[in-house]
Amino acid sequence: MSIIRIGAGAGFQGDRLAPALDLAERGQLDYLVFECLGERTIASAQQARRKDPSRGYDPLLERRMRAVLPVCAKNGTRIVTNMGAANPVGAAQHTARIARELGLSGLKVAAVTGDDVLDRIGRFVLDETGAPASELGDRLVSANAYVGIDGLVEALAGGADVVICGRASDPTLFLAPLVHEFGWARDDWEKLGRGVLIGHLLECAAQITGGYFADPGVKDVPDLANIGHPLAEVDAEGNATITKLPGTGGRITRATCIEQLLYEIHDPARYLQPDVVADFSSVDFHDLDPDRIGVSGAGGTPATGQLKVSVGYRDGWIGEGQISYAGANCVARGQLAIETVRARLAPYGAQMFDERGEMVGVNSVWPGARAAADTPEVRVRCAARCADSDTARRVVEEVEGLYLAGPAGGGGATGTVREVLAIASTLMPANAVTSGVEMLEVHRETA
Amino acid sequence: MKLHEIAHARTGDKGDVSNISVIAYDPAHWPIIRDHVTPARVAAHFGSFAKEDVTRYTLPHLHALNFVIRGALTGGVTRSLALDAHGKCLASVLLEMEIDMSASLTD
Repeated sequence: MSIIRIGAGAGFQGDRLAPALDLAERGQLDYLVFECLGERTIASAQQARRKDPSRGYDPLLERRMRAVLPVCAKNGTRIVTNMGAANPVGAAQHTARIARELGLSGLKVAAVTGDDVLDRIGRFVLDETGAPASELGDRLVSANAYVGIDGLVEALAGGADVVICGRASDPTLFLAPLVHEFGWARDDWEKLGRGVLIGHLLECAAQITGGYFADPGVKDVPDLANIGHPLAEVDAEGNATITKLPGTGGRITRATCIEQLLYEIHDPARYLQPDVVADFSSVDFHDLDPDRIGVSGAGGTPATGQLKVSVGYRDGWIGEGQISYAGANCVARGQLAIETVRARLAPYGAQMFDERGEMVGVNSVWPGARAAADTPEVRVRCAARCADSDTARRVVEEVEGLYLAGPAGGGGATGTVREVLAIASTLMPANAVTSGVEMLEVHRETA
Repeated sequence: MKLHEIAHARTGDKGDVSNISVIAYDPAHWPIIRDHVTPARVAAHFGSFAKEDVTRYTLPHLHALNFVIRGALTGGVTRSLALDAHGKCLASVLLEMEIDMSASLTD
């Protein structure tokens, strides 16, 4: 096979479905990849699974699979996704059920397991807390290693049409099909680095086709409303062209590619991945045709032998309240509101770890900012991280209390209380993590 | 002149680390960006980061800088009290930086 066409169906859990379906229908794809797992998503999925052992996978799995399975089966497009979250086997079983209902007999659905390392995380010291994970006690919720391509490649070699994993490094979802198709050696660091680059560029879907990019009058993006998702045409050497479907909105240019190249990258020469340390420092992009960009120059060096592990733990409660002030002197009234709430919450200080008072429209993003003289309106926001939900509730109540007992003209108070699911990280030797594959085959429904 | 006139930028986040790319529109402006947008000036611009927490990587052939700011997200997206816990807005805030062409280039 000379060229593999691989597309991005989703770049985060809640991503839009229409561009994925368009790619499935018109993209002549070999692979459609759905990357749906954020840093915190898997910890909340683990909590969902504890409440109901049959759950814990992506809540949108059903909707996505129902939409794309028939067309992918028809076109021979294989699906790779981390929508398994905390329960890849459950996700695969559910996908097989959907396929059966859709009459897609013969379809093979694989679950890739092994990323869940909760049973052996205890002695590992967390970067953020400086203490072993075991010290979190019953606050510990999840521990998942960012695994590499092993399980995914095994599933593809076993003939899976749909491969569902939990936590894997995001570019891995794209690297695995390329390694499977082209038979790249596991120590061909340059090709693995090139594959990681392709995955990295595609994994955030619309972020390379003009999403997270438009700046009117400066960086204009045509037809943002109908933005298409990207696909790559990849050859056996790992050279790639990034493009999107004709008729879709958005644009792919050197500028969109460079922004995405550096997105969530630290040292460009050392992008640490489970299977390789990718080197993006000499990557370049070439204009081929409108919305077609050639990619070259990625390299790689041997993997570190360590896997990053995300550890989820309960870390108190956040209470947050907001209220608006507008018109003459609104900034001063907003400031008085913040001071008033702080004074009223002072008795609860021992149960509050952290607090924040600010004005949206003035300084909620940039603490160094100053209000303009003619600021037309502000939205006061008070938030605190608390030991318990009752204390967090006080924050909401004290902001709401400003209606009658605060500065003049406060309106539109809102409030939320939520439990904090924090994420810490550590490293684990790769040889302590073993992938497994469970293959399900869809059989015709027998009446 | 604001940095926004000659460069574009994007923020990414991993844990409590924010990274902000700064990319020249026109290669002719690359030397100005490279010389003026230093870790010390980025730290001073935000006013809430120490310059020791800011690391800069340079990609001259792409006319791009990559700033990595440790401890930028007040505990990271999961614990932060910030409204924009990911720090997605920070790149645009950085583009507000004034580039004073007459200023000394020593920090």
